Amino acid sequence: MTDNELIWRISGGSGDGIASTSQNFAKALMRSGLHVFTHRHYPSRIRGGHTYTEIRASAEPVRSRGDGYNFLLALGDSFARNPQENAVYGNEEVKPLSENLDELREGGVIVYDEGLLDPSDIPDFDERVEENDWHVYPLDLRGLAREQGREVMRNTAGVGATCALIGMNREHVEDLMRDAMPEKIFEPNLEILETAYESVLENYDADAHDVTVPSGEHDEQQVLLSGSDAISYGAIDEGCRFIAGYPMTPWTEVFTIMTKNLPELGGISEQVEDEIAAAAMAVGASHAGVKAMSGSSGGGFALMSEPLGLAEMTETPVVLIEAMRAGPSTGMPTKPEQSDLEHVLYTSQGDSQRVVLAPGTVEEAYEQSRLAFEIAYEYQIPAILLYDQKLGGEMLNVPKSHFDREPNADLGKTLSEAQLTEQPHTPDGKFHRFQHEADDGVSPRSIPGQKGGRYLATGNEHGPSGHINEDPDNRTAQIDRRLEKLEVIREHLDTADTQTYMGPEEAEYGILTFGSQQGTVAEAVDVLNANGHSVKALGVSDMLPFPTAEVEAFIESVDAALVVEMTASGQFRGLIQKNLGRHGEKLSSLLKYNGNPFEPAEIVDGFESVVVEGDDLDSSTTTFVPAAGD
Amino acid sequence: MSAFSAIGEEREIDRDEYTPGVEPQPTWCPGCGDFGVLKALKQALPEVGRTPEETLLCTGIGCSGKLNSYLDSYGFHTLHGRSLPVARAAKLANPGLEVIAAGGDGDGYGIGGNHFTHTARENHDMTYIVFNNEIFGLTKGQTSPTSPKGHKSKTQPHGSAKEPVKPLSLSLNAGASYVARTAAVNPNQAKEILIEAMEHDGFAHVDFLTQCPTWNKDARQYVPYIDVNDSDDYEFDVTDRVEAAEMMRTTEEALYKGEVLTGRFYVDEERPSYQQEKQAIGEMPDEPLAERYWDDDYEWERSYDHFLDKHA
Repeated sequence: MTDNELIWRISGGSGDGIASTSQNFAKALMRSGLHVFTHRHYPSRIRGGHTYTEIRASAEPVRSRGDGYNFLLALGDSFARNPQENAVYGNEEVKPLSENLDELREGGVIVYDEGLLDPSDIPDFDERVEENDWHVYPLDLRGLAREQGREVMRNTAGVGATCALIGMNREHVEDLMRDAMPEKIFEPNLEILETAYESVLENYDADAHDVTVPSGEHDEQQVLLSGSDAISYGAIDEGCRFIAGYPMTPWTEVFTIMTKNLPELGGISEQVEDEIAAAAMAVGASHAGVKAMSGSSGGGFALMSEPLGLAEMTETPVVLIEAMRAGPSTGMPTKPEQSDLEHVLYTSQGDSQRVVLAPGTVEEAYEQSRLAFEIAYEYQIPAILLYDQKLGGEMLNVPKSHFDREPNADLGKTLSEAQLTEQPHTPDGKFHRFQHEADDGVSPRSIPGQKGGRYLATGNEHGPSGHINEDPDNRTAQIDRRLEKLEVIREHLDTADTQTYMGPEEAEYGILTFGSQQGTVAEAVDVLNANGHSVKALGVSDMLPFPTAEVEAFIESVDAALVVEMTASGQFRGLIQKNLGRHGEKLSSLLKYNGNPFEPAEIVDGFESVVVEGDDLDSSTTTFVPAAGD
Repeated sequence: MSAFSAIGEEREIDRDEYTPGVEPQPTWCPGCGDFGVLKALKQALPEVGRTPEETLLCTGIGCSGKLNSYLDSYGFHTLHGRSLPVARAAKLANPGLEVIAAGGDGDGYGIGGNHFTHTARENHDMTYIVFNNEIFGLTKGQTSPTSPKGHKSKTQPHGSAKEPVKPLSLSLNAGASYVARTAAVNPNQAKEILIEAMEHDGFAHVDFLTQCPTWNKDARQYVPYIDVNDSDDYEFDVTDRVEAAEMMRTTEEALYKGEVLTGRFYVDEERPSYQQEKQAIGEMPDEPLAERYWDDDYEWERSYDHFLDKHA
């Protein structure tokens, strides 16, 4: 939390280049010495529709979107459907401006493209401007771009105008454009940037408003990464060289990053017929001795239930990732939610024998992607990385040195041919791949093609050499051994320090959350303590095996705790109660499931209004569910 | 040095090596056609010089899926209909392996039909044996995708209203580069066809007629058979798509009139395998990926060195 922060929002239609423009601008802000965090909002539409990206920049580290924002760059939506009052979509043309006003802070700045947007179409626009002390700068961005190059370059004109109005040095933007654009496009863009910049300074007094770019300095080189980048790089650094998948938003991001990069590393990416094949291929590749992954979002992951169970039963190491979006069914494809938690924990028949990790930040996404591979291969078990559209798409600056780590391509307990000769075999030479008595429950494996290692992998219950075996004693021994691994993994995870504590060590109240809401909760905790409350928070990453002792200790240390999650049925709270078996009377829920992630203020509201005051929520976008017995 | 010394090993191979001591005797019903597949495979594997430990046999679920309980090799008894994606990924991971997939007609042409279509389309270098008995056996006699129209069973009590799947035509249209049909009652031809299929560099699909004496009653249903490549009654060029398609159509219709036509129907030796296609566009390494994990000198790449600068 700092007094001076820029929260810049660029809005337009899908296909207008909002994503690439904002990414470059975020990088420019990062290079200027600031910490940045991005939040994006977009529809499931190829062209048009209300979309925006928000960049929060501050001299201090930022880990969440802010409450509202203070600078709007409203471009036109080139693909807006014709304005029709009665149509469900209303007047789309004016949405880049009209849809963004509610969250603009008092004293905020509005730059809009007067070539495309007409505020007279927005009810009470002038009154609202006056009431909120907004500073409005209409600019013909489209016209400007057209004069120098092409209309599509109006984004650049908008960035130039932004620089002029917030007192930002253009150089960082120019450098980035030079890096990112081919010469032919770079020249006219540069021209447009400069012209827009100069024209704003000539025509307006940029000191009329208080929104300025903060100044900061990094003490080491930073990189700007999304959660999807971080997950992909974690996989690569853990020696993953095989991915199979089928496109589905928002998982497609990881799939495309891996597919783009794997050939350079001599790896293989396969786009296949469906998600059943995708997960089955990851299992097949891993069985044949390659570190492999697959993944999808909710609907595609449902198809992976079968191969997931097969990996559990055959003890084939594999990493699957699940990028959650709002469900059920097709739900809201581009909107975040955390409601696939139970789906991922329990899908597929039989007792779950898997690991589920839910990273909370971009850094954790990298670390836990690596951890998922490490655990999957060391313990021969499927490991699932559960994240969502929010974490996958948000970008954050991270010190480059964070990634300066040793790679690890270790296959885990896998025997060489020489080692295989010392292992038990059937009299005719079949390797005992699934030995009842194995350290930590992990029976070492062989790889097809190795001499002395042949065995049968099967989804049926099986004896030591893999042959189908329904003897009750064998069944009990095998399932006990497979489940024992989860206990050992729990101990392993305890050393990996995957849970995140926020706020003071001692506090009266607690907040519990998981996954992508962690950064927002961290921010809310700071606000709450600054407001005089005594609150700490725990961000849980290990969904299975659950860190029961750690969570229990946290809950026991506070008078009451609020569980914050993006589900409608309180799945995470249910998971806590299932594992703890008590303390239900201490846990209330704050839920959000309208397609948008929590804002810090909504958590502050949930806490202050209900937990502290015992009143109703101020916010209509969240839902409070009281503790059991209340 | 390879970490997989069974691959490419040159030695005499005894047929008995493929009989597992754990389950030397299959549990199939007496007279079942599945015995014919097992026997033909045990004969064909030594002929192509593939030992149990350089062979990966991936099966589906059903009576046919028990094949790798009774054939000793590296085995992966997968899921109903999913043997192909598991098998083709293993082949991509380690192309030195002899990869064979096998399953029944419900497994391959029903629940796994999508995988069958796409594996054929991609022309993975592997052999796919479909035990086609025109019935669901292990679940006790339900109508299957290849059961004839009008077939009565507990799940189709009024007789199936569906035309059966035409597996050979389906395979050809999907893109398989070797398509054959053989029968358990024709062991010599079966062995020869399996040898050809394994030696073929591409997706070789063998529709293997395996009579079900328990649920289809007539253990002699695929007798007598005619080898279309030897018969004077049929003349066509197995390398010609159009002629192959016509011959397949004739064969598929004849089966339901009691005439069993077998043999090679389509052979395309020119089409590159999927591995070759993938390597040609730089999407697959020349050295088997599986070997890399055993190479102590390999310098594993890091994202830090390769990709992070573009994020700075």
